[in-house]
Amino acid sequence: MHKLMLDIRNFDNKVNQMVKKGQVPGMTHFSVGEEAANVGAIAAIGQQDFITSNHRGHGQSIAMEIDLNGMMAEIMGKATGTCKGKGGSMHIADLDNGNLGANGIVGGGMGMAIGAALTQKMKNTGKIVLCCFGDGACNEGTFHETLNLASIWKLPVIFYSINNFYGISTPIKNVINVDYNYQRASAYGIPGHFIEDGNDVVAVYEKVQEAVEYVRNGNGPVLVESVTYRWFGHSTSDPGKYRTKEEVDSWKKKDPILKFRSYLVDNNLATEQELDELDVLSKTAVEDAVKFALNSPEPSYESAFEDIFAD
Amino acid sequence: MNNETKLMSVRDAIIMAMSEEMRSDENVFLMGEDVGIFGGDFGTSVGMLEEFGAERIRDTPISENAISGCAIGAAMTGMRPIVDVTFMDFVVYMMDNIVNQAAKTRYMFGGKGQVPVVFRCAAGSGVGSAAQHSQSLESWFCHIPGLKVVAPGTPADVKGLLKASIRDNNPVIFLEYKAQYNMKGEVPLDPDFVLPLGKADLKREGKDVTVITYGRMLDRVLQAADQLRDAEGVSVEVVDLRTLIPLDKETILESVKKTGRVLLVNDAHKTNGFIGEISAVISESEAFDYLDGPILRLAAEDIPVPYNQALETAMIPSVERIKKYILKLVNNR
Repeated sequence: MHKLMLDIRNFDNKVNQMVKKGQVPGMTHFSVGEEAANVGAIAAIGQQDFITSNHRGHGQSIAMEIDLNGMMAEIMGKATGTCKGKGGSMHIADLDNGNLGANGIVGGGMGMAIGAALTQKMKNTGKIVLCCFGDGACNEGTFHETLNLASIWKLPVIFYSINNFYGISTPIKNVINVDYNYQRASAYGIPGHFIEDGNDVVAVYEKVQEAVEYVRNGNGPVLVESVTYRWFGHSTSDPGKYRTKEEVDSWKKKDPILKFRSYLVDNNLATEQELDELDVLSKTAVEDAVKFALNSPEPSYESAFEDIFAD
Repeated sequence: MNNETKLMSVRDAIIMAMSEEMRSDENVFLMGEDVGIFGGDFGTSVGMLEEFGAERIRDTPISENAISGCAIGAAMTGMRPIVDVTFMDFVVYMMDNIVNQAAKTRYMFGGKGQVPVVFRCAAGSGVGSAAQHSQSLESWFCHIPGLKVVAPGTPADVKGLLKASIRDNNPVIFLEYKAQYNMKGEVPLDPDFVLPLGKADLKREGKDVTVITYGRMLDRVLQAADQLRDAEGVSVEVVDLRTLIPLDKETILESVKKTGRVLLVNDAHKTNGFIGEISAVISESEAFDYLDGPILRLAAEDIPVPYNQALETAMIPSVERIKKYILKLVNNR
């Protein structure tokens, strides 16, 4: 888990640098600060299971162990990208490995998640779906419709709300009339779990694992909410006026990676040196991904007319 | 292939098409409001719950967003859902899932994955259901790359094209006309009777004028053509598009070159309607040089569908008006 968290941090820090240098052609949304909330939850599901991701999906795709070269090339719009340069940051997907894709529409993956869960139920596969979305999605109509339908059909899906407190600039507390979104689970007659410290990857893992077991046993969906914080703006175009420097700094002190590092060292699960080596490996992998992406060809004009319809 | 046919309604052709496909492919299932014990709001799934059970004939809450999203997610992961949208007007609640998700997923993911789902929409006016239950919204979907749009006008075509839509690996918007569920015609009984998407059908061959239409208006166009042939000796060629996307431009242009006169007819609103696109396709092609006069459009008026029966009837093309327009073109020679 530590390596994947480092990969997210190093990957997005690198993309951010490249954005500033003008090397990234389009819009990107970063997962820095939210590493534990992503990695802990995805580590708790099985290799064979599915996720739907959201528009802040870098962390989820990396936690699903996507090929970093393809992902970096995609963000740079190259032909060798995960989506051949047609999707970009908001549409990273890895269908062969259970990642049903990031989504540019807030709440857009929720319908797909319950549909993927319906397939698992109808085909009796024993697989489950982790539906990732942000606090911003919880006031979309699709949130209520999909939670209701999944509840009445007892679909094997975990609705996983990553609460980073802001929908772009709008504080979540201004737009919901309960303290936290997980409390709404009772409206659908399903369990709601709260992970107060979503920067604690072990806590996230344990709580989501509990939900995984419940869902896999055919009991129907669970709503889980993790509290975390994005260190950067909403996207690369965000001036960040709605948050104070003190607030951002206070969250940086709750760094999920440092927290897990202390946990691993204190419990003699890894040494400082081993973790440093892991960080070097991660940074090297990211640098390799950048080289791969920079050396990759641009997609041809003709390729823009391909992949619209399946045969 | 078995050549036997049977006289049956559009409704029964729909039930037959879906049932045959569900028997031959266990991944096909039907979902929507009232599809189960009620047998569909228009009776288009009567008896299917009894044959296939509640797992595959899935009654849903009134949640169009969840229904459409769920169908798309199921389609992406190996199922082949058919959604009974009921009144086409309710598709508005499904638009994000159809337009932003189903239509674009494969493209955005660089050709990975497919979304084999059919949205069956009860379109059009004619049953006194007023402005929110009477629209033909096909042109919205024709504007979006990644969707196929099908609008048959006979019971046999309904069967053959619905089966093709279910077998297609892409999202399909399938128009049915609520005023025509009882319309009868001979329907092939062979379960292998499947018509190709993207192929128009010459319903009448003629030499004086081409009328291009689809869906509900086909029946009226054919009546007009037959009456003019018998009464006035006018030879009308009727091109039934059957599928709007993909569009069979070849058949359209061949016919236009042959007759040099074109009337376009549909029951959707005139402004920004799909037949305007057909007009542009002709004008931009080599067939333009063969035209002997202007391309005419005959469509529903640009007003919400009124409840009053006389007004509702008057706002869409009648057989008489279609005849009048054909004669206008023919007499212009």
